[in-house]
Amino acid sequence: MRGFGKYALYIYVGMAFIFLLIPIVYTIVFSFNDARRTNIVWRGFTFDNWLTVCDAPNVCEAFSNSILVAVVATAMATTLGTMIAIALVRYRFRFRSATTLLLFLPMATPEVVLGAGLAAQFLTAGVEKGLVTLILAHTMFCVSFVVVTVRARVATLDPALEEAGRDLYASPAQVFWRITFPLLIPGIIAASLLSFALSFDDFIITNFNAGAAVTFPRYVYTAAARGIPAQANVIASAVFFLAIALVLVSQVGGAMKRRKLQYS
Amino acid sequence: MAFGAFQSTVAGGAQAAPVVQRRSPVALLLLLPGVLYLILFFLTPLLSLVLTSFQAPVPGGFAGDYQTAFQWQNYTVVVETYWSHISRSFIYALTATFFALIIGYPIAYVIGVKLRNYPLWQALALVLVIAPFFISFLLRTLAWKQIFADEGFLLGVLKTVQIIPAEAYFTGTPAAVIFGLTYNFIPFMTLPIYTSLERLDLRYVEAGGDLYANPITVFRTITIPLSIPGVLSGILLTFIPAAGDYINASRDFLGSTDTQMIGNVIEANFLVLQNFPQAAALSLLLMGAILILVSAYVKRSGTEDLL
Repeated sequence: MRGFGKYALYIYVGMAFIFLLIPIVYTIVFSFNDARRTNIVWRGFTFDNWLTVCDAPNVCEAFSNSILVAVVATAMATTLGTMIAIALVRYRFRFRSATTLLLFLPMATPEVVLGAGLAAQFLTAGVEKGLVTLILAHTMFCVSFVVVTVRARVATLDPALEEAGRDLYASPAQVFWRITFPLLIPGIIAASLLSFALSFDDFIITNFNAGAAVTFPRYVYTAAARGIPAQANVIASAVFFLAIALVLVSQVGGAMKRRKLQYS
Repeated sequence: MAFGAFQSTVAGGAQAAPVVQRRSPVALLLLLPGVLYLILFFLTPLLSLVLTSFQAPVPGGFAGDYQTAFQWQNYTVVVETYWSHISRSFIYALTATFFALIIGYPIAYVIGVKLRNYPLWQALALVLVIAPFFISFLLRTLAWKQIFADEGFLLGVLKTVQIIPAEAYFTGTPAAVIFGLTYNFIPFMTLPIYTSLERLDLRYVEAGGDLYANPITVFRTITIPLSIPGVLSGILLTFIPAAGDYINASRDFLGSTDTQMIGNVIEANFLVLQNFPQAAALSLLLMGAILILVSAYVKRSGTEDLL
């Protein structure tokens, strides 16, 4: 009975993993479909969609808009968030709980509320919606996630390293750029990746604040009514492979390092 | 804590070193830009949402023209008009959260406890859990729509072997929307529970066994109580986006006109009908309901452990 129970758990979890992967596999497989107008029925294997990825109207424009927004928003959010993360770990200041709450709330607010709120503000202020408003919106919801990720890294830094720098008469700027910042880089990279992924795949906030600008998720949303071209699957699959490769390298690399430490 | 999930998966979750916190004007310089940004693009938008929600149409104006007013009736009107959408959103989101817990907890348990001595497998399993994040949210939802299409592969086969009647369908039903919500938010449920279980001290479990508790009792009285913080975060992280989601329930995805949720109504009123006050009032009602849940959570965890 005990043995069976253990077995049942693994079978259940194995099935859950398969469940998680089904739509991913489906999307990737259909990027190789020899589709004519709609990409719903399997018509045979082809590489054509991958070679003619920009042939479907507007796919590549939408994709490059998404990349542009994600890169700029990530840069802005990572800068703002890293600064806050350092302050939260290293300094005592008034309004600490208020600051924490201000950082937590955007993560706990439904996207549709964030999106509608910003859109209402742009409407009231008479700002025309477009790529700029998108960048502003994406930066807003990425900041908190950057703070959370970088803060974890700042908290693991050994303050003795910075003290040593100060003891050797380094200026505060030198201590930061030569000691603190290089040690924070893994956290900053993780935060940028997370923020890039969040921005790139965001649809709800984007839809409220994009105006005429079309990002990749918006393109898919509009195209869903009349049928998605296989090229959209190509872009999604390519992004997936790239992201998975990055994550695998960092995760498996980290696991190997931990294992080495365990055995040494 | 709520998003501690991301710490351990993304940053590797190392041990914290003791830090002496200093008072310094530098802190202000570090905080100011980000805090101002959030005030400008998070707090004031909520305020303009409040203002918008009380606006009244300009007399004799075009559609979409509104002026500042105190038309609090906007709230009673939306509650009366969209009560079915509001209640539907909460029922769908609650059901999806329940299923996500049933699926996510065992995944988190296997990765956090059973695979603890196999770092490589643990890392790979974690990558599998977050893999759906890397394929477009909309495309993976559309993939389910096509898998469950009336004449698609799955239903087609089931119909041919006559397990289900020929006129059976799945997409467009409440079950399909709940299915989509469950699928899309499983990682949000799994990650925080995993974070809790990964920190679970296995000596407690051993102690339970040493005291002749059977594995089920140990799981019920030790493992589950110690994982409650993760479960609570997971429930919030799943429920909040599920209640506000409008992709899964959209007609072009897994829903139909009969499955529209509060998010669909907000989107339609804001972006199509240009009925901004009603959209704002509905958004704030949703926000209010969620804030009640969140404040209970904040009280429990304290502000210091929020992030």
